[in-house]
Amino acid sequence: MADLKAQIIEQLNLQEVAPESIGNDQSLFSKEGLGLDSIDALELIVLLQQHYNLRIANPEQGPQIFQSVRTMATYITANQTVQA
Amino acid sequence: MNSASAYITGSCIIRHNRIYLNGALLWEADQELELQEFLRAGYDRFSGQYPKFHKMDALSKLGWLAAEVLLKDAGVKLLPPEKVGMVLSNRSASLDTDLRYYSTVKDIASPALFVYTLANIVMGEICIRHGFKGENTFFVSDTFDTELMSTYPAQLLAVTPLQACLCGWVEVMEQQYEVALFLIENKQSEMGQPLTGAALSSLYQPE
Repeated sequence: MADLKAQIIEQLNLQEVAPESIGNDQSLFSKEGLGLDSIDALELIVLLQQHYNLRIANPEQGPQIFQSVRTMATYITANQTVQA
Repeated sequence: MNSASAYITGSCIIRHNRIYLNGALLWEADQELELQEFLRAGYDRFSGQYPKFHKMDALSKLGWLAAEVLLKDAGVKLLPPEKVGMVLSNRSASLDTDLRYYSTVKDIASPALFVYTLANIVMGEICIRHGFKGENTFFVSDTFDTELMSTYPAQLLAVTPLQACLCGWVEVMEQQYEVALFLIENKQSEMGQPLTGAALSSLYQPE
């Protein structure tokens, strides 16, 4: 998950955020969490495509997938396994 | 055109890695810094604690930084939000970002770049930062039209509810950039002078 945190920081230009400061279960979009916005959500989709060749087939899954770094990692791991 | 009820009460010029406030050199960065490095250094020096800055394109960063410097101690922020407007202009519109965005399209189009492919987004970023909700307009012209930038804001102050207006020039294309941002108010201040094209030209002083 450390790599994923670094990728999120680079993709979203979070220059004042250290990877270690992002909790695995920290909310990505709530104000108490990272406070990401709708454009960031689109960039996270791009990140999955660019780094993991993953496309989200069902947009309704988005809120669950992008709930936290852990849920993103879980989605990546599960879908890469399926592809393999 | 002279306006008896519109005054230039502040100015911020950014060019050649230097920031001038009200005509005096406020800060000079290393001349070797490229634009993005200069902008980051300016942000660190004059603001900080605004992470969204890093997501902006160069045009928005330039306008935002100039507003940050110009409005630091300005009373205009105490006015009702709908009483503060903005009229900006430049030569290249958002072309600098348009080209960057276009270069991503052949791979995966960047949503973060796409949202800055309009020149007036810089005004939105300034309004979000300072809470302004007044009328705003963005013009595109070859050069900084000081006559337009004096008569139009003066007219806004005369016939609309606006009591203050940011106006000026925010231009960037690759590494070439220039900002001349002026605070116009309907009340005279200690350092203010009547808003005229000649007064704007004198403060602008292109090199």
